[in-house]
Amino acid sequence: MTGVLTLYRTSVGKKVIMAVTGFILVGFVVFHMYGNLKMYQGPEVFNAYAAGLRELGYPVFGHEHLLWLARVILLVSVVLHIWSATMLTMQSQKNTFANGVSGMRRYGEKKRQTGYAAYTMRFGGIVIFLFIIYHLLHLTFGVVGYGPGEFKHPHGGEYEVYSNVVIGFQNPLISAFYLFTMVFLGFHLYHGVWSMFQTLGLNSAIYTRLLRGLAVLIALAVVIGNISFPIAVMAGIVGPAA
Amino acid sequence: MKLTLKVWRQKNGKTPGEFKTYQAEHISPDMSFLEMLDVVNQDLITKGEEPIAFDHDCREGICGMCSLMINGVAHGPKQAITTCQLHMRSFNDGDTITIEPWRALPFPIIKDLVVDRSSFDRIIQAGGYISVSTGSAPDANTIPVPKPDADKSMDAAACIGCGACVAACPNGSAMLFVAAKAAHLSFLPQGQVERYQRAVNMVMQQDLEGFGNCTNIGECSAVCPKEISMDTIARLNRDLIVAALKGIEPAAQPAEARAG
Repeated sequence: MTGVLTLYRTSVGKKVIMAVTGFILVGFVVFHMYGNLKMYQGPEVFNAYAAGLRELGYPVFGHEHLLWLARVILLVSVVLHIWSATMLTMQSQKNTFANGVSGMRRYGEKKRQTGYAAYTMRFGGIVIFLFIIYHLLHLTFGVVGYGPGEFKHPHGGEYEVYSNVVIGFQNPLISAFYLFTMVFLGFHLYHGVWSMFQTLGLNSAIYTRLLRGLAVLIALAVVIGNISFPIAVMAGIVGPAA
Repeated sequence: MKLTLKVWRQKNGKTPGEFKTYQAEHISPDMSFLEMLDVVNQDLITKGEEPIAFDHDCREGICGMCSLMINGVAHGPKQAITTCQLHMRSFNDGDTITIEPWRALPFPIIKDLVVDRSSFDRIIQAGGYISVSTGSAPDANTIPVPKPDADKSMDAAACIGCGACVAACPNGSAMLFVAAKAAHLSFLPQGQVERYQRAVNMVMQQDLEGFGNCTNIGECSAVCPKEISMDTIARLNRDLIVAALKGIEPAAQPAEARAG
């Protein structure tokens, strides 16, 4: 128990929380992207995937049990990820405060010596958070981005997610927002995947190139997969069900 | 060489500072950066003005006293050297050079370009040591150390505590310094006894001093005059996690933090 307190009290401990929750969230985005690839196999397969998520782990887990467990874990992860990021950012901004500004701007002149991705983590994180809210309101609840009657809510165990995705992404402004966010998600994953191993102390001179490679692979796979969906809809590759 | 210098001038920690522009003339390309400042200061003294205060001591890159942000890069544009090892031939005739002090809350400005880095000393006091009973010197080689470990320990021990890592870090984190000072002990048999308590104490003291936290950007390692690797930070993180699993708490009385 005292060890948990040590983690809570030190900056490294908060970073460990960040890394562990980040690991869970990376797992989710990879799974989410992979699952959505089924839209290329047509409406039947994609709608069956949506229905099948409710039966995840059947027959060991009951209807929607594993789904709800995942939802709770993901929600807690998001909350803890943002909480630790906020605490750590406040600590850093207080420390670097000089001449009325903080961070890199505290110097009259400052030259960046390393990659750009790490610098987008905080701004990118806010963009991704706002995106998650919009994304849920859009494709999950159908509250925004649809004309009256366009969004088909689940009815009697029937899911029509295929038609929802196609109609949703036919709006170029909404699709553009999705594409914009994926740029930040890419940077976030590129730095975050490597960074979580570093924070958890699993990185070393031997593994660092391997882990950088893994980060590039995950970032590219998720970004390319995700941006392909709105592009495919707008290009007519994924069209309305016949 | 003729140069234009934009130098941060600040009377003391309480008065706000500002950039002032000076002309440096008759500068030889073979001068070190600090010798160039000496020439400028001599000129200022002759004119009856206050010379620019800057830290320096050994002037051969081993003491860790010199500490300038030169054109936005800690210790200037060259890699793996300190400011005193930087020569004016690295600049072009007619250049404008911006010179600033390290900026971080635990490094309060004393005057002009001089900052107080005693927060580093307090981090060392919190755990950067080993406890041994003194007595007659033990025989050499009684404790075998594998050569690769000895090398890694020496690489970490190269840290001169100049504070460039903190200055360059967008978060003002001291993790590279703390990690180097923990790693040069944790690679050796003598450092094992207090290894996990040390990790907790030093990180805790770092936080108490008001340093920022590491977001693994790598600016620190890029400007480090001794090229300390980010691996040391991963190692310190690992030690802290192990310490947490062992239920180790920070020592009861951390050294008094002055910042804040």
